Amino acid sequence: MMGVLHFIVKNLHQVLFLTWEHIFMVTVSLIIAMAIGVPLGVLITKRITLAKRVINSANIIMTVPSIALFGLMMPILALIGQGLGKVPAIIALVLYSQLPIIRNTYVAINNVPPSLRDAGRGMGMNRWELLKEVEIPIAVPVIIAGLRTAAVMNIGIAAIAAYIGAGGLGVYIQQGIDRVYPEMIISGAVLVSLLAIVIDGLMAGAEHLLTPKGIQLQKRLA
Amino acid sequence: MKKLAAKLYKIVLIFLVFAAGVALEKTGTIAFLIDPYNYPELMRLLFQHFYLVAISMAIATIAGLIIGIALTRPKLKKYSGIVMYIVGLGQTIPSLAVLALVMSFLGIGTKPALFALTIYSILPIARNTLAGIRAVPVSTLDAAKGMGMTSIGILFGVELPMAMKVILTGFRVALVMNIGTVALAYLIGAGGMGDWIFSGIDMMMTDKLLAGAIPVTLMALLADFLVELLSAVLVSKGLRLTEE
Repeated sequence: MMGVLHFIVKNLHQVLFLTWEHIFMVTVSLIIAMAIGVPLGVLITKRITLAKRVINSANIIMTVPSIALFGLMMPILALIGQGLGKVPAIIALVLYSQLPIIRNTYVAINNVPPSLRDAGRGMGMNRWELLKEVEIPIAVPVIIAGLRTAAVMNIGIAAIAAYIGAGGLGVYIQQGIDRVYPEMIISGAVLVSLLAIVIDGLMAGAEHLLTPKGIQLQKRLA
Repeated sequence: MKKLAAKLYKIVLIFLVFAAGVALEKTGTIAFLIDPYNYPELMRLLFQHFYLVAISMAIATIAGLIIGIALTRPKLKKYSGIVMYIVGLGQTIPSLAVLALVMSFLGIGTKPALFALTIYSILPIARNTLAGIRAVPVSTLDAAKGMGMTSIGILFGVELPMAMKVILTGFRVALVMNIGTVALAYLIGAGGMGDWIFSGIDMMMTDKLLAGAIPVTLMALLADFLVELLSAVLVSKGLRLTEE
């Protein structure tokens, strides 16, 4: 264990860089995934057959093993010269994030009590105002829970993406295995796990913070 | 309009299959697969992959069920919170990190890989078993008790059948994840289809890469589908009726 600590301290500069690279990939992909997934989840709320089809497709994507997805995308992206590196990694991360984000958005908005919707309509809100003022704020905690699932999963997949040259903390695992350098392998594995646990905790905090005050109060009273 | 959409969907699907076939031919994947030298290798790797999945899933299913059931018994109930917290934390750890850690302590080969896969697959099964049994309504349990059922009878006659759907969901998640993780197990020397995927990436051989990636993908999709079929058999008729 001392060896691992020594390795991390000695290579602190590189460790920080790789961690940053890892966080960068996950953040960029989450932002893109959110921009696609949340509107899609909102759009399908009133259309049950379409919703089933969209969620099923996202489910199929999720079923594809990550290293196989990298492999399947490589020849296609190679046509535009992006077979390796960060681009295929981020595309894969965006694809995998779709299921938790779309599903949670869809479920959250569908579960808004009809009485609240009626109340909003009674106050003269149109469809857009209803969405902005009532449905989205109530759905926010569940949507963030979906983002949290996606973020944790993406940290794990981004580690695998080191094998297609995307960088990140997976590099330590990859190079450590190749060089039979146990300290390096353990550092990589421990740092990736820590990153996942920390991000999970932070997102749980965000889930709590971004819950509208009224709902927090309701929960406490219940 | 709806009919048109359905027709369009079918046409797109046919087109995609066709395009995939052309792509496979163009990249030389088909030629690679029917090569008399590669074909036995494919069979060997597929079998290795299947073997790792089957053994680790068999052990993980039994262990997960036992852990889940044990934690809902009155005597052990108080530990269920802390155990579930640990399981949740364990699920946060990336699969590659688990494999790497196991390898640095137990070395390379099939056995360490099986160990890592089993541990990793227990988590969703145990979690869903616990959640499923916990969700059985108290009134149903009381009714069973009132009919004079023993606690073993209640477990097998009431609790497990009612939790079956949730347990199978956990099993499916574990199985699909397991198939994907076995592809990574090549890195710690356990073989499997990951062999061709990683070699393909390293050597920039598209045909080898696809010959490895496509069977793994099909395997995961097939497993997902089979568990769906299984749930049609294992979930009792009454529960399915109430759902509809």
